Amino acid sequence: MEYFVQQLVNGLTLGSIYGLIAIGYTMVYGIIGMVNFAHGDIFMLGGFAALIVYLVLVGLFGGIPIALALFIMIIVAMVMTGLWNWVIEKMAYRPLRGSFRLAPLITAIGMSIALSNFIQVTQGPRNKPIPSMVSSVYEVLGISISLKQIIIVVVTAVLLTIFWYIVNHTPLGRAQRATEQDRKMAALLGIDVDKTISITFIMGAALAAVAGTMYLMYYGVIVFTDGFTPGVKAFTAAVLGGIGSLPGAVLGGLMIGLIESLWSAYFTIDYKDVATFSILAIVLIFKPSGILGRPEVEKV
Amino acid sequence: MALETDTMTKDPILKVDHLSMRFGGLMAINDLSFEAYRGDITALIGPNGAGKTTVFNCITGFYKPTMGMITMRQKAGKEYLLERMSDFEVNRDAKVARTFQNIRLFSGLTVLENLLVAQHNKLMLASGYTVLGLLGFPAYKKAAAQSIEQAKYWLEKANLTDRADDPAGDLPYGAQRRLEIARAMCTGPEFLCLDEPAAGLNPRESLVLNELLRSIRKDTGTSILLIEHDMSVVMEISDHVVVLEYGQKISDGNPEHVKHDPKVIAAYLGVEDDEVEEVIEQIEEIAVAAPGDTPK
Amino acid sequence: MANITNTPESAGSNLMARALREAFYAGLVALGLFVLFVGLKTDQNILNELILVQRWGLLAIFVVIAAVGRFLSVAYIRPFLARQKVTNAVTGLLPDSVATRFFRVPIVVVAAVIAILLIFAGNAIAAALPAVLVPWVTMIRALAIIYVLAFGFFYFRVYIAAHFNTLAIIALIFYPPVMVYFFGYQGSLKYVDNFGIQILIYVMLAWGLNIVVGLAGLLDLGYVAFYAVGAYSYALLSSYFGLSFWVLLPMAGIFAALWGIILGFPVLRLKGDYLAIVTLAFGEIIRLVLINWTAVTKGTFGISGIAKASVFGIWSFDVSATNNFAKVFGLPMSSAYYKIFLFYLILALCLLTAFVTIRLRRMPIGRAWEALREDEIACRSLGINTVTTKLTAFATGAMFGGFAGSFFAVRQGFVSPESFVFLESAIILAIVVLGGMGSLVGIAVAATVMIGGTELLREMTILKQIFGPDFTPELYRMLIFGLAMIIVMVWKPRGFVGTREPTAFLRERKSVSGSFTKEGHG
Repeated sequence: MEYFVQQLVNGLTLGSIYGLIAIGYTMVYGIIGMVNFAHGDIFMLGGFAALIVYLVLVGLFGGIPIALALFIMIIVAMVMTGLWNWVIEKMAYRPLRGSFRLAPLITAIGMSIALSNFIQVTQGPRNKPIPSMVSSVYEVLGISISLKQIIIVVVTAVLLTIFWYIVNHTPLGRAQRATEQDRKMAALLGIDVDKTISITFIMGAALAAVAGTMYLMYYGVIVFTDGFTPGVKAFTAAVLGGIGSLPGAVLGGLMIGLIESLWSAYFTIDYKDVATFSILAIVLIFKPSGILGRPEVEKV
Repeated sequence: MALETDTMTKDPILKVDHLSMRFGGLMAINDLSFEAYRGDITALIGPNGAGKTTVFNCITGFYKPTMGMITMRQKAGKEYLLERMSDFEVNRDAKVARTFQNIRLFSGLTVLENLLVAQHNKLMLASGYTVLGLLGFPAYKKAAAQSIEQAKYWLEKANLTDRADDPAGDLPYGAQRRLEIARAMCTGPEFLCLDEPAAGLNPRESLVLNELLRSIRKDTGTSILLIEHDMSVVMEISDHVVVLEYGQKISDGNPEHVKHDPKVIAAYLGVEDDEVEEVIEQIEEIAVAAPGDTPK
Repeated sequence: MANITNTPESAGSNLMARALREAFYAGLVALGLFVLFVGLKTDQNILNELILVQRWGLLAIFVVIAAVGRFLSVAYIRPFLARQKVTNAVTGLLPDSVATRFFRVPIVVVAAVIAILLIFAGNAIAAALPAVLVPWVTMIRALAIIYVLAFGFFYFRVYIAAHFNTLAIIALIFYPPVMVYFFGYQGSLKYVDNFGIQILIYVMLAWGLNIVVGLAGLLDLGYVAFYAVGAYSYALLSSYFGLSFWVLLPMAGIFAALWGIILGFPVLRLKGDYLAIVTLAFGEIIRLVLINWTAVTKGTFGISGIAKASVFGIWSFDVSATNNFAKVFGLPMSSAYYKIFLFYLILALCLLTAFVTIRLRRMPIGRAWEALREDEIACRSLGINTVTTKLTAFATGAMFGGFAGSFFAVRQGFVSPESFVFLESAIILAIVVLGGMGSLVGIAVAATVMIGGTELLREMTILKQIFGPDFTPELYRMLIFGLAMIIVMVWKPRGFVGTREPTAFLRERKSVSGSFTKEGHG
């Protein structure tokens, strides 16, 4: 039983990271109907930004309190990746808006290849390990919960609350939802659609940057290829939850995290990704629009 | 009533029995029964949201009805229960073809190609499910040439021969409507369902369409079921009219009969039940004032 | 950048002021983007700890390039392009006047003289020059040849467009002998193998995927799985059972097609991006199984020592065999014969793919695929069984992937899961879309440009001269590939060939403009 709960905690941690990335996929998909394949690499970029900021902080002020360092890392990484995603949307995706569907997808795949190779070229191809930042572990009822896990779950929960509030209770969120429903109509009603879409990209990137920082803190290592696997998992999570649905993205992320940790614990770790992808395929066969996605009605 | 005698003499091609369709809490069609007769042009009319298109989708297999039975009887006497068949089988086996309210052409294929796609099943067979055709067997070449002839015939009829090599998406609206009908006819149907064929057409195009529908019936003996809003089209060409309101049949008979049915008038003008009498009186007055003036 | 509207400028000074302002913003944004990633580099020190290396000079270069680029773009390039708006409808590449201005007869004469001089006397000239200048000579030679060839293409563009297929096939058939003539057996290896075979493999894969994505409109992000199935079928069956290539080639295709049906069947009712992610997932599952099922596949070590193909069993390319090709004909031993044989083999496979695709497009099944891409519901209303139609598209595409896979195994002599990552699927899909979905010629051009272009980068020793001897152009290969994908897509969202050739006609064959064709939703 303890073992099971332990795995639940691990899965929840992992799932939080996936959920944060998945929101970026699902928001962009919701608002312009495009799969932003480069989002995983935006996450990786966020991790690298956090890494470099950490090294700068340690270099400049050796004994900086870890909480402050983490806070600065998150903020700088959010700003950085937000700027990147803003520029990317403007240069690569906006000219193709309203063009046929595969063009932005291919552009996004190209962007993904370019971003990971950009980091490889500028930062080198090797693993980037850092010494453990947070190492305390608590024993609660026989389950060991590390401070890292608590931080990840709490940060995710706080961010999701803020995010949920923005989308549901602010003029910005209203503009986003309106643009999602009908872009032309939203524009006619005086919503600056371009700005709304830009902000959506920036928000998605900021959440991915937080996920990147958490990932760096949790695993203590990052490498330029790290955008791909978590990116695909998060995309899987978004689709599993029903792409376009925000609660779906979080739910999908948690599910993928749990599947992975439980499968690794009880079966073989080698096939954990096979299990994740198989469950995705099986869920989609029975619910073709994901768990919380609106079923696509065939209008005849 | 006129209807009684019709049933005696005429041979029903399509029989809809106690058809019901429920979407969640909404009863889109409620216990609907009617018949369409062989060789007739049957019109299905009714106000917006009466469930006409839903009936169409049930007949052509795109929706599975909640209850009821739809029987298609072919000329040779073979019967098909359409509600049990999937959409493509309704066309392939039962020989029921359809068009769509919002035109669904293959806009990137040429007009001719659109008509060739419609002859898919015939050509698949002739090409030995692609294998023989790939190897260049002459049987397929002959079938392919025949299919072009068939397409030419329908291009001629739909007055589209000049545009045969243009992309379907490039045609003007009226021509697209005609092409969709020609494409449906290329599947060789016995029963043709047209969903608002005259919608969005100007009066001239509308006349051309009526001509096309009449010639389809005359030359191929195909029976037609059409949904229409445009009363002039309905009264002009249909032999038999079924009126729906809120998913229920409120009238059934020849155009003359339906036109004077107080329930139909009420449904179209939107009056309360107790005002129906009043409406009838008004209509009679108008009829007296302008005898023989059918609404155009 | 964002808040400046493009109002028509009346005065030049106004334009200059705007250009300067935008250049300043661009520099600022570039500074923001690159300050962490270019300005600082994480590096390991001797203790294997991460340290930061500062590169402010490089950062400054990036910022200056962004600012100057923006300035030139706003002040000169955009007004110039606005004047050149009328593009040449025939080439569709460049405004006609630019092209004719670029290709002038006097220049081409000079270029031809330089090219001939350097081809025949290049070695003597190089020997006379200091070693530093040798790569420059090579580059000038390459540029001169390219210019002359491009001039030829431009001058005869109408003729070439009309007879493209015949000309391309003739050129490909004579490609290996010409390379051998110019570079000798050993020297031709690079051109026949790295360029020729490499490009043709991608052409074949992209043509196979084109059936699924370009014709049937089904987005498949896991195509590489079928490539892997083909490669491993050959590798395993030949090493365990010793079957020959000519038996296994069709078998690999059949296996891949079967897998296409098995994977396709449950997922084909999914739409759009759901289908995309599930195909991606299947691609990953197959790769992960290949990695982890070590008992059979030897995992990440891969299978090596895969048997070579023979010329229909008549002549072998094994050095020890008695019927070795070189021995039989009394030629000196060289690996070039095998490569040339492989070149013709993949060329034949490509032509087979093209032939079958062209034939299928004119058959009911091919028309049904395209109709499916245009409108699935209309297809069903015409009595077309869309499930089997989709499955045949999936299986046919997979079959060609399987053929290409077994060829890949026979060419490398080694297969490992490394070769079948998602990136490969992405590259193949990119070639299909960049080429123009459905167009075989466009796809072949895209494969040549994208794969050939990145291969070319390896050859550019000149870059070492500019950036120093530590510079490895290979490192930038995928970065440039990714950027090229973005640039081509933004420039031509419909791909190189955006028009569609109709499969039948009554009076005249007119190309269908890309604005009418749809890209499918499945």
